[in-house]
Amino acid sequence: MLEIRNLHVSIEDKKILNGLNLTVHDGEVAAIMGPNGSGKSTLSYVIAGKEDYEIHDGEILLDGENVLEMEPDARAAAGIFLAFQYPLEIPGVATMTFLKAAMQAQRKARGEDELSTAEFMKRVRDQAGHLGIPQDMLKRGLNVGFSGGEKKRMEILQMALLEPKFCILDETDSGLDIDALKIVSEGVNRLRGKDRSFLVITHYQRLLNYIVPDTVHVMAHGQVVKSGGKELALELEANGYADYKTLAA
Amino acid sequence: MSDVTPIRTPAESALIAAFPAARKSLPGNAHVIALREAAFNRFEAKGLPHRRVEEWKYTDLRTAMRDALPLAQAPQAATLAALGHVADPFAQLDAYRITIVDGHHVPSLSVDAIKGVTLRDLAASLSTGDGIASLGTMAKADDSALALNAAFMQGGVVIEIAKGVALDKPIYLRFLVSGDKPHAIYPRVLVTVGEGASATLIEAHQGADGIAYQVNGVVEIKAGAKTHIQHVRLNAHGDAAIDLSSLGTDLGEAAEFKSLNFVMRPALTRHQVFARFSGEHIKLDVSGAALLKGKQHADSTLYVDHAMPHGESRELFKHVIDDEAVGVFQGKIVVQQIAQKTDGRMMSQAILLSDDATMNNKPELEIFADDVACGHGATCGALDEDLLFYLRARGLPKPEAEALMLAAFVGEALEKIENDAVREALEAQTQHWLLSRAIK
Ligand SMILES: Nc1ncnc2c1ncn2[C@@H]1O[C@H](COP(=O)(O)OP(=O)(O)O)[C@@H](O)[C@H]1O
Ligand SMILES: [Mg+2]
Repeated sequence: MLEIRNLHVSIEDKKILNGLNLTVHDGEVAAIMGPNGSGKSTLSYVIAGKEDYEIHDGEILLDGENVLEMEPDARAAAGIFLAFQYPLEIPGVATMTFLKAAMQAQRKARGEDELSTAEFMKRVRDQAGHLGIPQDMLKRGLNVGFSGGEKKRMEILQMALLEPKFCILDETDSGLDIDALKIVSEGVNRLRGKDRSFLVITHYQRLLNYIVPDTVHVMAHGQVVKSGGKELALELEANGYADYKTLAA
Repeated sequence: MSDVTPIRTPAESALIAAFPAARKSLPGNAHVIALREAAFNRFEAKGLPHRRVEEWKYTDLRTAMRDALPLAQAPQAATLAALGHVADPFAQLDAYRITIVDGHHVPSLSVDAIKGVTLRDLAASLSTGDGIASLGTMAKADDSALALNAAFMQGGVVIEIAKGVALDKPIYLRFLVSGDKPHAIYPRVLVTVGEGASATLIEAHQGADGIAYQVNGVVEIKAGAKTHIQHVRLNAHGDAAIDLSSLGTDLGEAAEFKSLNFVMRPALTRHQVFARFSGEHIKLDVSGAALLKGKQHADSTLYVDHAMPHGESRELFKHVIDDEAVGVFQGKIVVQQIAQKTDGRMMSQAILLSDDATMNNKPELEIFADDVACGHGATCGALDEDLLFYLRARGLPKPEAEALMLAAFVGEALEKIENDAVREALEAQTQHWLLSRAIK
């Protein structure tokens, strides 16, 4: 599904990713854990195509195709989705208008037919129902005045509607109480399947009790410094990141 | 400011030379002739405004208006027939239509009568004196553009809405400029709204592209006590036109007055609003939106005079500026010493879409009362890159993402329009502009 080879990235002359390698297979849920500032969000932005970064070396292949050459919207249409660590507020753009524009744009880019309004409404209603998102929230400006938890649920709603094949969740657990964490995790688990992979970025092990990963990767100083199974997350929980901070330093 | 006028420009000389003949041929009884002469003298003393006139600092009309043009004549039948092909931006609007072509009221394209309203042809009223007692009293500023209109005003309408009348439909004033030769056009409209009456007034201004015609129009609205008035002006003049527009309003006690000016195409435009609070508990809302590209220049200048206590004013101006276009916002709010408990808030926001785009903001508060809540703000910058990335990461191509954000930005001003059909018509104009930008 996704293969990252020897990725070197800097921003404003500051080197953030230092030869990062990572492979995520079809249907795999890979967790990335690491201390604050280790470059996790940078990695997610670079995969999604944010322009602020300088990429010195390396490749990111989605099903064999190098996405680094593609515009962010083309990457989205190709199936990459990033649930933002800090979803942005867009005043004046009604959530429904935005959802429809995003879905139609992706379908158009893939050469698919437009979705009928009835079908669109049905899908939104179904998914919003699962995630406990009330209808009146969908009429408001996108994320405007939403609580932290509501914003995260809105990200998962978008993910469910856009049906991407590679989903990145950047600290989706941060700022969630236990009930919201369960709702969000169930939303993610519903989407799991053999043709869809996930990169679950988190600072804490807690989320991984609900979204059980197939693999766990530890990131420090812009590299993956250790990989293992889900037990690696528990080990980190017990010992903290102190070992890794020195390891790569 | 020095009153010494430098050497006259060709346009100034031509305007001055044209007045004696115009005074004879233009309609007007003795009172109106005196009014025209007084206005002309003011113009002659000051000349065309230029950048050393503080109120015109960013719009140098002396430089922009190179020539004076011949006065437009009343339209012939063939002219009117040709104008029938011009698409009406408010075609869907259920309204009382009044058509003004080249500054002349056209009865054949206008409603004859509106229940509760006295409609008069301005040119006729200038001669008879009927219904024009308050003409020229709403915008009394010592301003050259106003003076020029008063000296040369040709025609228009006088609308008198009787006490307590709630109009069931908007009154739609459609101003068209004809022809393939550039002319000077001086329309004027006087609206009197009786106590407790409510009305929606729509203006659309249209003319052909590529013709450097000059319009200097004045709309005066006298709002009686407890009136409720919504005014919307669409400026879709031709892309070579110079358009000067003045809106003067005198507000009575507890009047609620909302006005929005929407600018699309003209090469150079200035819309100036003079609002006077003549009673307590008045609510005024003046807003504007401008979509500018090429070398367009659009100036919005406000003069709000809080002359009575407990007044509220809101001003919101939105400029979207592409290419080398220039936006200007000047907002002067005066709170007189007697005007305690005034609540005023003024905001100007601009999005610059190109490195060569310019926005000039000049908000001014002059407060002589001590118990007031007044504030102003101005923002100016590019579209937020992070927001754009968020939208693009969801699959929206850059032009669509930008269009969505710009429509939302302009929408905050358009939201103030209460009439759905009018608001939707302006949203459609916005979409059209954004689309033409996206495919350029
Ligand atoms: N726009 C930026 N400009 C400069 N430094 C940045 C910028 N964004 C992130 N960084 C730095 O890059 C490093 C990695 O940040 P980030 O990817 O957000 O880490 P994480 O998500 O793992 O906490 C940090 O040291 C951070 O300060
Ligand atoms: Mg982060």
